[in-house]
Amino acid sequence: MLEIRDLHASIDGKEILKGINLTIKDGEVHALMGQNGAGKSTLSNIIVGHPAYEVTQGSIVFNGQDLLAMAPEERAHAGIFLSFQQPVEIPGVSMTNFMRAALNAKRKAQGLEPLNATDFLKMMRERRKIVELDNKLANRSVNEGFSGGEKKRNEIFQMAMLEPTFSILDETDSGLDVDALRIVAEGFNKLRTPQTSALVITHYQRLLDYLKPDIIHVLIGGQIVYTGGPEVATMIEESGFDQFIR
Amino acid sequence: MNNNKKNISSSKTDNSSPSGEVGRGVAAIQYIDLYRECRDMIAEHSASLLNAPREQALADFERLGFPTQKEERYKYTDVAAAFAPDYGLNLQHIDIPIDPYQVFRCDVPNLSTSLYFVVNDRFYDKALPKAMLPEGVLVMSLLEAAVKYPELIGKYYAKQARTHKDGINALNTMFCQDGLFIYVPKGVVVTRPIQIVNILRADVDLMVNRRVLIVVEEQAEACVLFCDHAIDDHQFLTTQISEVYIGENAHLELYELEETHVKNHRFANMYVDQQRSSSATIDSITLHNGLTRNRTDVTLSGEYAETNMYGCVIADKQQHVDNNTLIDHRVSNCQSNELYKYVLDDEAVGAFAGRVLVRENAQKTVSQETNANLCATDTARMYTQPMLEIYADDVKCSHGSTVGQLNEQALFYMRQRGIPEAEARMLLKFAFAGEVLDSIKMEPLRDRLHHLVEKRFRGELSKCEGCRLCK
Ligand SMILES: Nc1ncnc2c1ncn2[C@@H]1O[C@H](COP(=O)(O)OP(=O)(O)OP(=O)(O)O)[C@@H](O)[C@H]1O
Ligand SMILES: [Mg+2]
Repeated sequence: MLEIRDLHASIDGKEILKGINLTIKDGEVHALMGQNGAGKSTLSNIIVGHPAYEVTQGSIVFNGQDLLAMAPEERAHAGIFLSFQQPVEIPGVSMTNFMRAALNAKRKAQGLEPLNATDFLKMMRERRKIVELDNKLANRSVNEGFSGGEKKRNEIFQMAMLEPTFSILDETDSGLDVDALRIVAEGFNKLRTPQTSALVITHYQRLLDYLKPDIIHVLIGGQIVYTGGPEVATMIEESGFDQFIR
Repeated sequence: MNNNKKNISSSKTDNSSPSGEVGRGVAAIQYIDLYRECRDMIAEHSASLLNAPREQALADFERLGFPTQKEERYKYTDVAAAFAPDYGLNLQHIDIPIDPYQVFRCDVPNLSTSLYFVVNDRFYDKALPKAMLPEGVLVMSLLEAAVKYPELIGKYYAKQARTHKDGINALNTMFCQDGLFIYVPKGVVVTRPIQIVNILRADVDLMVNRRVLIVVEEQAEACVLFCDHAIDDHQFLTTQISEVYIGENAHLELYELEETHVKNHRFANMYVDQQRSSSATIDSITLHNGLTRNRTDVTLSGEYAETNMYGCVIADKQQHVDNNTLIDHRVSNCQSNELYKYVLDDEAVGAFAGRVLVRENAQKTVSQETNANLCATDTARMYTQPMLEIYADDVKCSHGSTVGQLNEQALFYMRQRGIPEAEARMLLKFAFAGEVLDSIKMEPLRDRLHHLVEKRFRGELSKCEGCRLCK
């Protein structure tokens, strides 16, 4: 599904990623853990094509396509979704119009007709249930005035609407209370299929207990320094990151 | 038809060597000469009440000339340059062949209005709407009204729009021969909106000097919607002076929508006087234009009056929109609320200068003024100048302005969700302008304008093809 080779990237001339290699196969869930400032969000932003970052070396291939050559919206149409660490508020753009524009743009890219109003609203209603997103929120402007936790829940709602094949969850658990975390994690699991994969960025084991990643990577100083199974989360929980620093 | 017009170019050559004309400029002199040459013709095709202030206006215009950019209120628009080219004037009031009903077939879903047309400066009376206005309500030619109802017109005409300080008022008063009169007598509530479609129509470049008088007497209510259009591909220059009186406990909603083309120059001065406990909602929307300067002056003359003034400007290419407003709190206990938003693209130029004046005895004034602007390109320019002048001590007033770009974070967020960049930009601009449109009380009109603004942002309204509100 996703193949990252020797990826170097910088922002404002400062090198942040220093040779990332990462392969994620269909159906797999990988976790990415690492210290603050290690470059986890940088990696996610680069995968989705954020214009602020400059890729200086390396490649990302997604289902055979050269991802780095594609515009952010094309990557989205190809099935890539990022649950942002800090979702953006868009005053004046209603959730409904936003979702309709996103969904129909994707359908158009797939050669499908736009969804009619009835079917669209029905879909909104159904998908809202997956993460138990309040109807009131769905009627407001995108993320405007949402609490931290509501914003995260809204990210997974959007994921449910757009049905990506590859999702990145960048600290989706932060800001969620324990019940909300369970609901959102269970919602995510409902959306999983053997054809979908994910990269889950988190600092805590609790989310991983729900999501049960196949592989966990440790990112330090712009490089993946360790890769292992579910036990890595426990290692980090117990003894921090020092053990991985050579 | 061309022969029957006075073309100001002839006067210009006659005066190629003006002496002692410092400060007035060549453009002004052409109009002075034209007026002197044609004053009898102008008077003959108008009414004595409209003729009465002409000579004083001439004297004022000779002294003032066109406003220059040194004058505070005309800082952002080069007026003389706009008036300098040659325009024809239809001073003999030749009939312009048009059937507006052929051009504009009004069908706004759920919005039924009493629809009238003004072609250039003339009220179109060949076919009037079938729907009856309430007893006593008048919507008619100003010229005709000046003959039929001299007392009414005499009481209100040219009282607010003084000529001694404003060159454009003076010029318009010299040349205007007709226009529109709306009268809502005491206690009458007009439920159906009155829609006036102004059509600019000509076979040559044309100057139009139009006059509007609206009188809403005490306890009366009305909603008036103006749509400005230019249907021919000629250069147009319009001066429009509107005087509006809102009596005690009377309520007026007034919407002005400009949807002309890049060859149109519009200079519109509106004066509104509000009596005790009255309310006014004044919405000015510039959807498509060439060069526009709107001046809106509201005088709060009676206590407990309320003014809501909104403006929405969408400009691109090299369009120029300058809104200059004054809200004059003369007495206590009044409220004013003003919000103007601009979305500028390409090399468009926007200007907003809004002065709120709270006079010494205007205690307990509540006033809020906001101007927010979005420049979508580096080459678009916005000048903003909100001004709050307070001479009373017990007031609640605020003002502010912002100029910003599209939110890049939001743009990226939308693109990540698959919304193409152009569409994302459009949605953000639309969201920004939407706040002003939401102020429109008439729901069908609000919906329609949302739709039009969206089309405008999609680039689907690049030329004037008639009344989009109606089509
Ligand atoms: N837009 C930016 N401008 C300047 N520096 C940046 C920018 N984005 C990231 N950086 C820097 O790059 C480094 C990596 O940041 P990144 O956000 O990828 O860290 P992270 O691993 O996601 O950390 P956290 O766990 O705190 O979210 C940090 O030192 C950060 O300050
Ligand atoms: Mg991060």
